[in-house]
Amino acid sequence: MSSSADAQFVEHASDKLPWSLWMRQIAAILRLEVKKNFLGRRAILIYLLALAPVLLMAAMAATAGGEISRHSGLAIIIFANIFEGFILRTVVFFGCAWIFMNLFRGEVVDKSLHYYFLAPVRREVLVTGKYLSGLLTSIFLFAGSTVGALFFFYLALGQSANSNYTFNGLGLGHSVSYISITVLACVGYGAVFLVVGLFFRNPMIPAIIIYGWEFINFLLPPVLKKISIIHYLRSLSPVPIPEGPYALIAEPTPAWLSVPGLLILTSLVIVIASLQIRRMEIKYGGE
Amino acid sequence: MSESSEQKIVFEGVSKFYGEILGVNKVNLLVAPGITSLVGPNGSGKTTLMNLMTGLIRPTRGRISILGTRPDQPEKLFRKVGYCSQYDSFPKGLTGFELVRSMLAVHGFHRKEAEPLTWKAIERVGLTDAAHRKVAAYSKGMRQRIRLAQAIAHRPSVMILDEPLNGLDPVARAETMRLFRQLAEEGLHLIVSSHILHEVDTMSDRVILLNNGYVVAEGEIHGVRNEMEEHPMQILIRCDRPSTLASRVFEQDSVVEAKLHKDRRGLFVKTRDADSFYLLLNRIVTEGHINVESVAPVDDDLNAVYQYLIGSRGEDQ
Repeated sequence: MSSSADAQFVEHASDKLPWSLWMRQIAAILRLEVKKNFLGRRAILIYLLALAPVLLMAAMAATAGGEISRHSGLAIIIFANIFEGFILRTVVFFGCAWIFMNLFRGEVVDKSLHYYFLAPVRREVLVTGKYLSGLLTSIFLFAGSTVGALFFFYLALGQSANSNYTFNGLGLGHSVSYISITVLACVGYGAVFLVVGLFFRNPMIPAIIIYGWEFINFLLPPVLKKISIIHYLRSLSPVPIPEGPYALIAEPTPAWLSVPGLLILTSLVIVIASLQIRRMEIKYGGE
Repeated sequence: MSESSEQKIVFEGVSKFYGEILGVNKVNLLVAPGITSLVGPNGSGKTTLMNLMTGLIRPTRGRISILGTRPDQPEKLFRKVGYCSQYDSFPKGLTGFELVRSMLAVHGFHRKEAEPLTWKAIERVGLTDAAHRKVAAYSKGMRQRIRLAQAIAHRPSVMILDEPLNGLDPVARAETMRLFRQLAEEGLHLIVSSHILHEVDTMSDRVILLNNGYVVAEGEIHGVRNEMEEHPMQILIRCDRPSTLASRVFEQDSVVEAKLHKDRRGLFVKTRDADSFYLLLNRIVTEGHINVESVAPVDDDLNAVYQYLIGSRGEDQ
C-alpha cells in the first residue's frame, strides 16, 4: 500500500538535504497557520491592537491638525515618541506576544498540535513554518498599522508641509525607517515569544517580566541595556528620543551591528525552540 | 537490527512513567502484520502504548522500533505510520476534504498528488457526500471517520487506531471493520485499541491484553485461552441424554466439572485438556448410546479470556 505514495520521496533518499520537500512543507504549514492567525477567534485582539495607533493618529489629525501643521518640527518629535512608546513598546510587543506565544501554546490548548506531530515533518521545519506564519501576520498587521499612523500624521501636517517634509526633507527616509524598525521588532519579539510559548505553560507571566525588562531599559547600565530588543530598535530610530533625567546613557549601537545582531539573536532563539520542540511530548490531559 | 524485526513493531523493555504514575511497565512485544488489538480496562496503558509508538510521548526506559524506525524520527516514521488518535479536536474552519488534503500537503505531497489521495481516503471511509462540509458540523461518527481518512490517506504500512469504532453506528462499524480486514490483507500492520470485546474477537488476528500498565497476555486469542490452565475450558454438549454423558465424562481425569443445562437437554463440561476430551466424546458418540446435536466451547473467546485475566466483563469497561 505504501509504495506508490512513497514514490515521490524516493528522490530525497539520495539527496543530502531535501530542501524542496522542506520548502513544500513550510509552504503547507504557512497556508494553514496564516489562515488561522488571521481568521481564528484569537485574531480579534491583534486587529484591535493594530487599529489602535491608526485611530489615535486619525483622532489627532482630526482634533489637532492645525497645531501639528504649524509646529511640524515638534510634531515629528511627538510622532517619534508615539512610535516608540505606543507602537513599538505596546502594540508590537503585546501583538507579537499574542501571535507567537499562541503558535504552539494555542494548539496545545485547542488540542490540535498532534496533527503536526503526526506528520513526517522535521520539528525544525515545523518551527520555521510556524515562525514565518507569525512573522507574516505580525508584519502585515503592525507594519500596516505603522503605515496607517504615518498616513494620518502626514495628513495632519497639511499639503505643503507634507510635500516639503516628505519629498524635500527627511520624511521619506523616516517613514522607511519606522516601517523597517517595526519589521525588525516583529522579527525579534516574535522569536523571543515563540520560545517563551514553548517553555512556559502560562506564558503571560514571562511576557510581563520581559515587558518590565524592556520598560526599565533606560535605567539599566550599558551592558545590561544590550540584553534587550528595545535597545537595538531605539538605536535605529531616525529621531533620537531622550530617555529622561534618570536614564543611564549608553552609546546607540550602530545599524550595521544592531540589525545583524537582532537577526543572529532571532536565529539562536529559533534553534533553541527547535531543540525544545524535539523533546516535546503531547500530554493534553496535563495542560 | 535483524531483517525480520525491520518488518515488525518491536518493544524492548519499555516503561513509561508520568512522574510517579505508571503508564506502562516492562513491555516486550514483537508485532507482525495483521490486526493486533490492544485490550484492557480504562487506564490500563493502551493509549500510552500507542502514543509511545508514534513518538507523541517518550519512553522512560527501553527501546521501540516501528519497522526499523525509531519513534523520535517523525520525518521518517510518519511516512510509514498513520495514527488515528482519540483526540476529538481539529484545526478550525476546515472541511473534511481540506483537512485531509492540507495534512497531505504538510507531508510534502504536491497538490496534484494530494487531491486523488484525499478523495481515495474519503471514499474508503464513506464520507464522499460530506467531504465539503465543515468538520465542525460533523457528527461524532463522521469526525471519527474523517480522522481515519486522514490516517490512511498517505498509504502507510502501519496504522495505529485508538478506539476507531467509537461513535460509529452499527452499519459504519461493520464497514470500518471490513476496511480494517481489507487493509490487513494488503499486508499492513493494524494496531487497534477497543473495549468492545466481541468486535475485537471478530476482527483481530491477535490480542495484547493490558492491565495496570502491564501486558498480561498476548497472542492469538484461542492460543491465549489454551494456555490458561488454571481456568479449565468450558464446553456445552447438546444431546438427548446429558445425565448419561455426565457419568461417562468423568472417565477422564482432566474433566473437573460436569453440570446439566437448565433445560436438561445439554451438559456443561469443564476440562483441563480440551483435545483429549473431544477424543473421548467421539468415542462415546460412536458407541451409539447418545445422540449429540452440537458441541461448542462456551468460554473460548476474548470475553472469557478478559474476565479470567482482568477480572471484569470487557463491555463494562
